[in-house]
Amino acid sequence: MRITVNVNGTEYSRVIEPRLLLIHFIRDDLGLTGSHWGCDTSNCGACIVWLDEQPVKSCTVLAPMADGRRILTVEGLARGGRLDPVQQGFARCHGLQCGFCTPGMMLTARWLLDHNPDPTEAQIREAISGQLCRCTGYENIVRSVRWAADHEAAVSADTAGQAGGTRARPR
Amino acid sequence: MSRPAASEPYGSVPRKEDPRFVRGKGTFVDDVTLPGMLHGAMLRSPVAHARIVSIDIAAAQAHPSVEAVITGEMLAGRGLAWMPTLSGDVQAVLATDKVRFQGQEVAFVVARDRYSARDALELISVEYEPLPAVVDASRALDAGAALIRDDLPGRADNRIFDWEAGDREATDDVFAAAQVVVGCDMLYPRSHPAPLETCGAVAEVDQLTGRLTIWCTTQAPHAHRTLYALVTGLPEHKIRVISPDVGGGFGNKVPIYPGYLCAIVGSIITGKPVKWMEDRSENLMSTSFARDYHMHGEIAATRDGKILGLRAKVLADHGAFNGAAQPTKFPAGFFHIFTGSYDLRAAHCEVTGVYTNKAPGGVAYSCSFRITEAVYLVERMVDLLARELGADPAELRMQNLLRPEQFPYTCPTGWVYDSGDYPRALRTALDIAGYAELRREQAAKRDRGEYMGIGISFFTEGVGAGPRKHMDILGLGMADGADLRVHPTGKAVLSVSCQTQGQGHETTFAQIVAAELGLSPDDVEVVHGDTDRTPFGLGTYGSRSTAVSGAAAAVVARKVRDRARLVAAAMMEVSPDDLEWAGGTWRVKGDPEHARGIGEIAMAAHSGLDLPEGVEGHLDAATVYNPPNLTFPFGAYICVTDVDPGTGVVSVRRFVAVDDCGVRINPMIVEGQIHGGLADGVGMALMQAITFDSDGNCLAGSFMDYLLPTAVECPSWELGTTVTPSPHHPIGAKGVGESATVGSPAAVVNSVLDALAPFGVRHADMPLTPASVWRAIQGRPLRADWPAD
Amino acid sequence: MQVPAYVEYERATSVDHALTLLARFGPEARILAGGHSLIPMMKLRLAQPETLVDINDLDDLSYLTVTDGELRIGAMTRHAQLLDSALAGEHFAILHDAERVIADPVVRLWGTVGGSLCQADPSEDLSAAFAALKAVMVIQNLEGSRTVPARDFHTGPYETVVAPGELLTQIRIPIVPGGGSAYEKVGRRAGDWPIGAAGAAIWLDGDTVARAGVGLTAVGAEHFCSAPAEDFLCGAPATPQTFARAGQIAAEHCRPVSDQRGPADYKRHLAGELTTRALLRALARVRAHAPAAAD
Repeated sequence: MRITVNVNGTEYSRVIEPRLLLIHFIRDDLGLTGSHWGCDTSNCGACIVWLDEQPVKSCTVLAPMADGRRILTVEGLARGGRLDPVQQGFARCHGLQCGFCTPGMMLTARWLLDHNPDPTEAQIREAISGQLCRCTGYENIVRSVRWAADHEAAVSADTAGQAGGTRARPR
Repeated sequence: MSRPAASEPYGSVPRKEDPRFVRGKGTFVDDVTLPGMLHGAMLRSPVAHARIVSIDIAAAQAHPSVEAVITGEMLAGRGLAWMPTLSGDVQAVLATDKVRFQGQEVAFVVARDRYSARDALELISVEYEPLPAVVDASRALDAGAALIRDDLPGRADNRIFDWEAGDREATDDVFAAAQVVVGCDMLYPRSHPAPLETCGAVAEVDQLTGRLTIWCTTQAPHAHRTLYALVTGLPEHKIRVISPDVGGGFGNKVPIYPGYLCAIVGSIITGKPVKWMEDRSENLMSTSFARDYHMHGEIAATRDGKILGLRAKVLADHGAFNGAAQPTKFPAGFFHIFTGSYDLRAAHCEVTGVYTNKAPGGVAYSCSFRITEAVYLVERMVDLLARELGADPAELRMQNLLRPEQFPYTCPTGWVYDSGDYPRALRTALDIAGYAELRREQAAKRDRGEYMGIGISFFTEGVGAGPRKHMDILGLGMADGADLRVHPTGKAVLSVSCQTQGQGHETTFAQIVAAELGLSPDDVEVVHGDTDRTPFGLGTYGSRSTAVSGAAAAVVARKVRDRARLVAAAMMEVSPDDLEWAGGTWRVKGDPEHARGIGEIAMAAHSGLDLPEGVEGHLDAATVYNPPNLTFPFGAYICVTDVDPGTGVVSVRRFVAVDDCGVRINPMIVEGQIHGGLADGVGMALMQAITFDSDGNCLAGSFMDYLLPTAVECPSWELGTTVTPSPHHPIGAKGVGESATVGSPAAVVNSVLDALAPFGVRHADMPLTPASVWRAIQGRPLRADWPAD
Repeated sequence: MQVPAYVEYERATSVDHALTLLARFGPEARILAGGHSLIPMMKLRLAQPETLVDINDLDDLSYLTVTDGELRIGAMTRHAQLLDSALAGEHFAILHDAERVIADPVVRLWGTVGGSLCQADPSEDLSAAFAALKAVMVIQNLEGSRTVPARDFHTGPYETVVAPGELLTQIRIPIVPGGGSAYEKVGRRAGDWPIGAAGAAIWLDGDTVARAGVGLTAVGAEHFCSAPAEDFLCGAPATPQTFARAGQIAAEHCRPVSDQRGPADYKRHLAGELTTRALLRALARVRAHAPAAAD
C-alpha cells in the first residue's frame, strides 16, 4: 500500500507493506538514521519520534498508522541551522556519551518543555522514565534539560512584549 | 620519558563527538547501507540442551526473497562450524551435533530485506531430541550430570578449570587462630551488559580482490581482525574491521559472535554485502553475559576488629562454552584482588569453573576482569564482620584500610597496589554524606518503625591490562600502539588502537596530545576504530583506554616533542641542549624571545631546512606502549536507602561517590563515566538478573523482565574527588570507566541489609527485588537465580 | 528488533465503518487503537491477525463527560488524557492513581483505555480500577449496542466478551457522591507491570462503610475484584482494623501464580497489604472531601 507522510516538513510518498514498523520506515525507507531502536518490547525509547506533535515509540507503530500525519525526528530539531536549546543543552552538559539514546531523550525533552517550561528535577525524571540510557546514569540528561529550560526562558525574555504567552512551536 | 604531566589543556572541554550525535548524524552499524546489501537472520535453539536430529531448509531456500541458507553442516565443510573463544575453548558458530543453550545459533538466512529474513526463519524445521539440561551450577559436577561438552575429546564432566591464588596454608593458620570468623554464601547473579545498541555487522567480501571489509560493533577491532584471519583463512592484510560509532559496549562487544562470521560467509556465498543485526532477545540470550559467581566468603579478625585474613571458594558458571574474555593466565580474571583495600595477613581463594546449558561469556559488564565479583564479596564480608562485632561499618573500614605510607603494598595474593590515600577518600565520602547525622536519623526512624539503611563500599581496582609478559588474550600481548603525525600546518592526527563506545576518546586523547604539544585540542584529530588506519592494540575494555592507549598517546606526543626540539634547534641555530620546553614552545633557555611553537616547527620539519645528522624529516612518531603495571583506581561509596517492609520496595535516596582515578584529563567526562556506573549498581542490586527455569529456559529475554534502572530509580549522584596520581602512568592517570560499576552494588546491598538489620536479616542476594526483600524479612529468603520459588 | 508477520491494514473513518470492516474481514481481524498492547504481541508473533482495523481517526470515541449521573469515558481516550482529566480525578481519584503508574509517560500518550481493557492482560491495572468502581462497559456491533458490567467483561487471560465484529466504545461509572477511592501498586521498577495491585472505593454512612469496591490485579483474583472483602466491609466500622481484616480476606480469596515477578506467597501478601493501604487512602479522601460540619 502507499502511504504519504510529512517528515520534518517534507512530504514522502512510498509503497510499503502494512506490517512495516514506523522506525524501519524512517530509517530504512527514508534514510533518516538518527532515530534508533534498542529493544523488542517498547521499553527503551531509542526509537522515539513525534507523531502529530506527540512523542511515540515508533517501534510500536505501524508505518500505515502514520499515513497522512506529521513526523518529527531528531534531524528536524534544528531550525535554520540553529540547534534547538535542547540539543545545545545536551552538548553543553554532557548529556550524552555513546549517543544512542540521545535522539529519543531530546525529543521527549523538547515535548516536556513545550508543555512544562519550568520542570522540576522529579518531573524531568518522570518524563523520561520510559526510556533507557546505559551510559550517563541520567544525571547529566536531567541537567541538560534544565539548561534548555533555563535558556529558553532567557530567549523568551528577549522577545517579551512582541508575542504574549507561551511560544507555540510552528511545525 | 616520565616527566610530570602538563597541567593546562586538561579540563572539562566540550566533547568533539557531540555535534554529530545531537544532530542524529552518528554512524552506527545499522546505519550502514551498501549497494545490493542483503539481510541476515539467525535461527536459534528453543531448548537448552538437545541433539539435532535433522534440519530441513528447503522451504526457506524456496522463499522468493531468500538468497542463501547456511547450516552448521555447510560451515563444517569449510572448517568454520567451530571457532576459538577468547578463553582458548571452542564455540559452535552454527550447531552441528547438539544445541547446548537456549538461543544457540542453528541456521542463518540471508534475504533481500530484513522482514523476509525473519519470515524465512519460520520455514526452517529442526527436529530436536531433548537432553537433560544442566541449569543449576551447583549440580554441574554431580555424578550423572549430563555431559555438555561431548564435542571435546576426552572430556568426562562439566568441569572447566580449577584455579587458586594466595597461600592456603598460611590462610588456614590465620583462620584457625582467629578470635572471630564470619562466613557467608553469596551469589553475584548472572547479569548482562545490555548496551542500548545490540551487536551486529555488515560484511562485504569483494569477490575481485578478496578483501573483507566488516563494519562491526566491536570494542577490539584489531583483535577481531587477527581472529578472523586465523578462523577463516582470509589473509589478514586483506581484512579491514571498521568499528564506527558504537552505542555502548560495556564488554558485551568484545567477543566475536557467530552472527558476524555468518554474515561474512553469507557475503562470500552471495557475492553481496550482508548485514546482520541481532534483536534484543538475541542479545540477552546469546551474547556475553556477566558474573554468575557463586561464592562462599570467610573473614577472620580479632575481637577488636583487626581483619586478619580472607578466604573465598567460588563456583563460576561459564555457560555452555568458555567464552570469558580475560588475559590467558587468569581464568578467573583478577578475582584474587578480593583482598580488597585492607591490610591483611593472609588470603586464599579457589575458583572452579563449570559448564552449564546457558549462553557463554562471563567477563563483561564493566567487571574489570572479575573485580566486580571480588569487591562485592569483600565489602559484604566486611559488613558482616561489622555486624558480628557490633562495630560501625565505617569505623571498621577506617581501622583496616591500607595507609598511604604502606604503598607500594603487595597484597597476600600478589597484587602490588602502587598508590593511594584510602582513609582520606573514605573521610571525604563520610563528610559529603553527613554520616553521623544519617546514623542519628536512622535511629530516630527505627523508633518510629521506619527503616532506612546506610551502606558503604570501598574498592580498589587493578585496571589497564597490562604488561604483555603477563597479560595476553589468545596470545596477543596487551600492549597498544599509537601513531602521531603533525601536518605541515601544525594540525595533528593521533591514531590509536582503542575504540570508544561513548567514553569520549576523540576528546580526551586530543587533550592529552594537546597538553604535550602546546596545541589546542581542536588542532588534534583522533582516529580510531578502523584497522586500516590505526596501529595494533587490544581495544577498549577493562578500563584500559586511558591507562594504556592514553599512555601511548602521551608517549608518542613526547616523542614528537623531542623530535621537534631537534628541528627547533636547527631552526634557531642553537644546540638542542640550549632549549627548554615552556609555554607550549621550545625556547632558548633564559631568552623567551627566541621560541618556536609546534606549528612553526612542523612546517620547518617538512621544508628544506637542513636537519642534523640522524634526524629524519617530518614530525611523526609511533609507539607501542607496554604498561609496566596495572593502575589502581579506588573509591569510597555510600548509599542511603529507604525500605518499606510491608511491600519490600526499596528507594535509593542518596548515593555519594568519591573516586580517585589519578589525574583527570576531562573531569566532566570522568564524572559522566562514574554516573553511568553508579546506575549499574542500582540496577544490579535491585532489579537486574538473567534467570532461568529448571529446563534452562531463559526468563529474562527482553527488557520487560531484564529490568534496567530508569531516571526514576536513580538519585542525583553526589560526587567527590581525591587525586593520587599513578606513579608509572606518563600523565598520572589511572582509568575510571568501570570503577563505579565495580564499587556501587555492594554499597546498595549493604544499605538495604543495614535497613533490614532490625528484622534479623543477615544477608540476602541481589537483586533485592520487592519480593526478595519481603521474603528475607519473613526469614524465607528467595534464591536469586530461582525467583519463582 | 523483532518484526510482525504479514498483515493487511484498513483505516476506519467512523464507528460504523469500523464495525463494517470487522464484519467483512471476520474473526481474524483485530481492532488497532494505540497499538501498544497489540503491536508488541504481533512483533513477538504471539498475535498474528490477518487484518488490522485502525480506529485512531475516531475522535468521537475520545471523551470524558458526566452524563446522567455517570462518568462516561470514550474507549479511545488515551491514558494520558484520563490522567490529565480534572473531571475524572475529581470523581474518582483511583483512576488518576492507576494511570500514574501505567506504563510510562510516552506510552500513555498513545495507549488507550479501551485498548488496555480489551487486551485483557491478567496484570492490567485499569481492569482492577474499573472493577472496584463497578463500571459498566458499552459494546457496539452492527445491530446496536449492549452493556456489560466490568466484572463480567473478562472471561480469562487475554479474553473478553467483546466478540468478533464488536467494538468496545464506552466505559460508564456511576457517580455516587461522598465516596473516596485509591489505587496502590507494587512493581519491580517504574513502568513495570504490577507484581500486585489493589484499588478501593468506599462510601460512608457516618463512621460505617456503606458501600465498598475492592479491585485487584496480577494476583489471580476472579473478575479483578474481591467480592468477599466487599461483603465484609459493608456495614463494618471504617477503621484500620476493619481494613486490615478486609485485606486478609482479599488475600485469602485470590490465586496468585509464582513467576519471575515474585513467588505466590509474596503476591498473596501484596493483595492483602495493598488492599488495606488503598482502603486507608480512600478513607482519608472521603474525610478530606466531607463537609466541615461532620465534626
